[in-house]
Amino acid sequence: MSNIRPICIQNSQMIDPAQQRNEICDVWLKNGVIAEIGENLETCEDTLCVDASDLVLAPGLIDLKVKTGEPGSEHREDLRSAGISAAAGGVTTMVIAPDTDPAIDDAALVEFISRSSQTKSIVNVLPAGALTKDLRGEQMAEIGLMSEAGAVLFSNGDHAIASAAIMRKVLAYSGAFNALVSCRPEEPTLAEGGVMHSGELSSRLGLSGIPIAAETINISRDIALAELTGGRLLIDQVSSSAGVALIREAKAKGLDVYASVSVHHLCLNELDVSGYRTFARLSPPLRSEADRLGLIAGIIDGSIDVIVSAHDPRPAEEKRLPFAESSAGACGLETLLSGVLSLVHNGNTDLITALRPLTSAPAELLGINCGTIKIGSPADLVLIDLYKPWVCDADKLLSKSKNTPFDERKMQGCAVATLVEGRTVYDANGWFIKEET
Amino acid sequence: MSTESYLFAKPHFLGIAGLNYPEAVSLLDRADEYVEQSRQTDKTSNKLHGLTQINLFFEPSTRTQSSFEIAGKRLGMDVINMAVKSSSVAKGETLIDTAMTLNAMRPDLLVVRHGASGAAELLSQKVDCAVINAGDGQHEHPTQALLDALSIRRALGSLDGLRVAICGDIAHSRVARSNVILLNLLGAEVRLCGPPTLLPSDADRWGAEVFHNMDEVLNSCDVVMMLRLQTERMNSAAIPSAREYFRFYGLDRNRLSKAAPGALVMHPGPMNRGVEIDSDIADDSKISLITAQVEMGVAVRMAVLDMLAEARTKGLS
Repeated sequence: MSNIRPICIQNSQMIDPAQQRNEICDVWLKNGVIAEIGENLETCEDTLCVDASDLVLAPGLIDLKVKTGEPGSEHREDLRSAGISAAAGGVTTMVIAPDTDPAIDDAALVEFISRSSQTKSIVNVLPAGALTKDLRGEQMAEIGLMSEAGAVLFSNGDHAIASAAIMRKVLAYSGAFNALVSCRPEEPTLAEGGVMHSGELSSRLGLSGIPIAAETINISRDIALAELTGGRLLIDQVSSSAGVALIREAKAKGLDVYASVSVHHLCLNELDVSGYRTFARLSPPLRSEADRLGLIAGIIDGSIDVIVSAHDPRPAEEKRLPFAESSAGACGLETLLSGVLSLVHNGNTDLITALRPLTSAPAELLGINCGTIKIGSPADLVLIDLYKPWVCDADKLLSKSKNTPFDERKMQGCAVATLVEGRTVYDANGWFIKEET
Repeated sequence: MSTESYLFAKPHFLGIAGLNYPEAVSLLDRADEYVEQSRQTDKTSNKLHGLTQINLFFEPSTRTQSSFEIAGKRLGMDVINMAVKSSSVAKGETLIDTAMTLNAMRPDLLVVRHGASGAAELLSQKVDCAVINAGDGQHEHPTQALLDALSIRRALGSLDGLRVAICGDIAHSRVARSNVILLNLLGAEVRLCGPPTLLPSDADRWGAEVFHNMDEVLNSCDVVMMLRLQTERMNSAAIPSAREYFRFYGLDRNRLSKAAPGALVMHPGPMNRGVEIDSDIADDSKISLITAQVEMGVAVRMAVLDMLAEARTKGLS
C-alpha cells in the first residue's frame, strides 16, 4: 500500500454517520488509511490534492447482499465484474451470498471466495457461508469452520429453512461462534407458485400472488426462535409494513434481532410490474405503496438496520420470458446509492439517516473496522455528487447482466469517485488518474 | 352519437382492458355484419385477400383455434396453424425466438394462445405484425368476452342495465376477467359467485359484487354465465369434490328459477355436464345461448381481424 500516492480530498462535505459528523473539511489519505481530518490540512509534497467542493465525502458503502455467479454461473456475473459494478456504485465492501453452484457451504469454498477475490475484485469481498449443506435446509453446515475461514455471516440463500426445528438448531449452534444468522422470511408453501405481491393487481394481471402473511409467519417464527435460543438473527429483506412492525416489537424487547431491506423495495412498488415487466420481478416481491412507506419509516426509526442492493444479476434469457416463467432478481450495485439518495431528494429522510444503513450500521453488524471516516480507519471512501441528474439505462450497466427495475427511470445523484484502501477504483471525472504514476 | 365516426386504431388486440366504449361498440357492430355474411351460402369474401394469418397455439384448443381459422378464411386470408407440440418449442426454443422466426416470414396477423399471463403482450413488443390475444394464462380472453357480449346484445337488445352473474372458478378464469371489464364498459351490473378458494382476493375491487351463495347471486339476474371447472381442481385443496361443488355451485332448473323470468344461460365451453351445469338446462334452446355463443365467436373474430388489418393498411396504428 505504501506505493500509493497520498491523496488529500479538499473542501468536501464530509458525512460520517458513525460519528454523526457532517462538516466541510479536508481528508488526507496516506498508506491506505485516513491520516488526517481537518480544515486547510498541511500535507506532504507528493500528495495529490483534489478539490471536492460541492461534493459529499462518505464512507464507502457496505453491501451485505450481493450475488455473483462465481462459481457455477459466471455468465451472470463473476467476482471481477461484480467488483467493477460495485466500485461504480460507491460500494467498497460487498458480502457475497452463498447461493452459487456449488453453494458456499464449507471452509474450502469460503477460502476460495476470499482468495480469488483478492486478485479479481477491485473492492473488498467478504464471503457469507451457507447455513445448511447445499442450502437444502436439512443438515447444518460447518458454521464454526467457515467462521474461522472468514465467513462474516451465514444465510440459507433465497430460501427460508422450512423446518422450524432445524432453524432452531442453527440459531442455537451459531451462538457458540457469535455468528450472524441471516434468513429470508418466506413461508415456502404459502409462497409456492407466487410471482408477485398478492392483491388486486395480481388478480387483475392473472398472476399468482405471494401474500404478506408468507412473510409475517416466518418473521414471527424466526423471532420466536431467536428469543428461544439467544441467536443473532438478521431478517433478510423485509418487504412489508406488517413485517417491520414485528421487527420493531422484537427490538423493543431487547432481542438480538436485526433487519435489512433492499433498495428496490424502498423505491418501487407493485405497480412497477405492470405491463408484465420482468425486470421488476423480485424476491420478495415489490409490495404496495403503503408497504414501501412502512419500510422507509422502518429505516428512519431504526427498526431496519441496513439497506442492501440485493444484487442478483440475471441475463436476458432469464428475463425475456413471460412474467411467470422469468427469474426473479435484479442488479443493484450500481443503483444502490442513487436509489437511497432519492429518499433524501423526495424529502423522506436526511442524508445522514439515509447513509447510516449503508455504512456504519452494516459495519457494526459484521464487527468490521470500516464504514466510518476516522483517523486510522481504512481509506474506503465514496465521493458523491448529490444532485447530478441522469437516466438509468439498463444496457449501460457495467454488470455482466443488464436487468434493473430502475431502467429508464430519472435519477438524481451518483458516485463520482470510489476509493478502496486509498486506491482509486472508480473515477468518473478522471480527477485521480494522476495518482497511478 | 354514432360510433361509426370512430376509427379503430389499435396496433394489437391484447385485452378488453385497453378498449374504450366506442371501440367495443364498433367491434360488436362490425361483428353483427359478419353474422349475416356467415349465414349466406357463399360465406367467403376477399376483403383481406393476400394477407397471412398465423395461429400460434401453445395450449391445446379446438373451438377457439378453429373459430379463428374459419374467421380468417372467410375474410380471404391465408391461414396457417402452428402445431406447437411438434415445433421447435419442444426443443427448448423460447417464446420470443419462435415469434421472431415466424415474424421473419412476414405474417400480417398473429393469433396467440399461451399458458402464461402476459405472453401476448410480450410478443407484441417484439414482432411487426398485429398480435391477437386468444387467451393468455389467467389474464384475458378478449374475443370470448366480445362474443358473449354480442350473444347477449342480439338476444336481449342491449346490455345496458342488465344484471349478469358469472359463476364458478373466477380465480383461474381469463374469461371472467375479460367479461367483467367488458360488461362494465357496456353498462351491465356484474356479479361474481364461487367458493372463496376460487375467487381471487380483491375481486370486489374489479367493479363487481362478490357472492358465495348461488341462490343469492341469481336473484333477479338476466344472464347467468357458468364457467368451466378445470378437471385438475375437481379434487384439490380448492374444493373437496365435484359432487359437493355441483351441490352448492352447480346450475340446475330449480336454482335458475331464482333468476329473473326469461333469464338466459351461457357457458364458454367445453362443459362439464353435471359438475357446473345440468344437461337439462344446457340443452334447452329457449334458455341456453351456448350454441349461439359459438356462432358469434366466428363473427367477432372476423371483426377483430378485419379492424386490425384495416388499422394497419390505413396506417392508423
